[in-house]
Amino acid sequence: MLRDITIGQYFPGESIIHRLDPRFKIVITFIYILMLFTGSNIVCLAVGAVYTIMAILISKIPFKMFVKSIKPIFPFLILTAVMNLVFVGSGDIVFEWKFLKITQDAINTSVFMIVRIVLLIAGSSLLTYTTSPITLTDAIERLLSPLKKIKVPVHELAMMMSIALRFIPTLIEETDKIMSAQKARGAEIDTGSFTTRAKNMVSILVPLFISSFRRADELATAMECRCYHGGEGRTRLRQMKSASRDYIALVLTLVFYGGAIAVNILAD
Amino acid sequence: MAVLETQDLTYIYSEGTPFQKTAVDHVNLQIDNGEIVGVMGHTGSGKSTLIQHFNGLLKPSSGKILLDGEDIWADKSKIRDVRFNVGLVFQYPEYQIFEETVYKDIAFGCKNMGLDDDEIKRRVLETAYDIGLSEELLQRSPFDLSGGQKRRVAIAGVMAMNPKVLILDEPTAGLDPAGRDMILNHIKAYHKRVQNTVLIVSHSMEDIAGFADKILVMNKGSLFCYDSTEKVFSRADEISQIGLDVPQITKVFIELKKQGIDFGKDVYTLEYAKNLILKRLKGDL
Repeated sequence: MLRDITIGQYFPGESIIHRLDPRFKIVITFIYILMLFTGSNIVCLAVGAVYTIMAILISKIPFKMFVKSIKPIFPFLILTAVMNLVFVGSGDIVFEWKFLKITQDAINTSVFMIVRIVLLIAGSSLLTYTTSPITLTDAIERLLSPLKKIKVPVHELAMMMSIALRFIPTLIEETDKIMSAQKARGAEIDTGSFTTRAKNMVSILVPLFISSFRRADELATAMECRCYHGGEGRTRLRQMKSASRDYIALVLTLVFYGGAIAVNILAD
Repeated sequence: MAVLETQDLTYIYSEGTPFQKTAVDHVNLQIDNGEIVGVMGHTGSGKSTLIQHFNGLLKPSSGKILLDGEDIWADKSKIRDVRFNVGLVFQYPEYQIFEETVYKDIAFGCKNMGLDDDEIKRRVLETAYDIGLSEELLQRSPFDLSGGQKRRVAIAGVMAMNPKVLILDEPTAGLDPAGRDMILNHIKAYHKRVQNTVLIVSHSMEDIAGFADKILVMNKGSLFCYDSTEKVFSRADEISQIGLDVPQITKVFIELKKQGIDFGKDVYTLEYAKNLILKRLKGDL
């Protein structure tokens, strides 16, 4: 059923990572990604791996959640590995069969790419697992607020994002209801040929569109009734305050970044 | 003869996960052909889940649903035929309307049945009349109609399939009293004409009291009782204990009984109450 899909990967918890200032978390994740991409050998990635595992342990989020987040990109991982194995031609040949040549360099690059991607996904999942989507958009708004000076509608964009996130579960429920109603009138939605199914999609999409417009209209009225007039002079329910732990986390990340670069230079 | 029958019908939501919840628990009941059955129950009592089993939208976790004595899940490929035989009108059905004209929307179900155009036309005109939609409305866009009219279009769409059993989930929710009476009267007239079985879910005891032959009460996923209207309302105390209400006029007569004015009968419609009081005043009772 549609209802079983989980949207928003937030995994509530009380760990120190959950409580970090979301603005810092975004910046730290950004530095982390930089760290993964500046490293050019596996030793440097090892530093990144240590950092990631440490963070996962502190967050107390079950390890299988990370496995779950990597699963969807698994085909992509395999593809990357195979491509690298086949097309990297330098180095000693380890295995040869007809035109296929696999070199030591190719194996190294494949492993390196896989580790890099896995770390990338695991690290960024940690951000979405420990931060609720609403807090995340709030933080993005704050981080981007300097752009307001050059007339980028940061507040409006953030508001649109929060509203979109807020309405995902509502829309899923609505779709489920309309699907049941049309099925009750004999529409073939999960069964039947591809063309009939496609035709019957109209019977779901039209009501869904109409109710979305209605909802948008109602929401706009409700917002206006509460005197919403954009981000100008608006105060917040949840103030974001940075504490010493945020700076410690940031400094720690930078130290790891420095370490990774140092290791990288030494190993090359 | 029973047109619908359930045998130990059980439905568990999200089975095997920590969120597992038994929504319908071993329900056994028989609904006879030609009856109007009122379905009552508190929010979350499992009545909506129960009715979605009757036309095969939900598959029971265990137990059976028999339509005309045959298990509806015996042959999975025939489940669509079950949906044509058991018409289900959801709550706020006006949100399922999508065609450009009222005519096309009413015809949608019939078209899915594969009927020919003449038959579809006949049925659409017939049900439009039954539900009180005038013929000139048929070529209008359904989105230009009033809320009550839209609701009637949606109900007509299911009625036009000529189901043996018509199930309506709160057909009067959110309507004004005039709209409510109109829909109920049209459904009553329709039932009289086609003599099918009608199940109607409602929170309004007044609606059900003047309408249903039998009442089915669900409570916490189990069948609380299923009996004739007067018998169910005579158990007013138990009914209010599970958080449901009996009609106001029934309450008045229960209070009168406590005051020593006993009419000796259970009263649940205004009409009946009026007659009783008039008789008493004339000294006949």
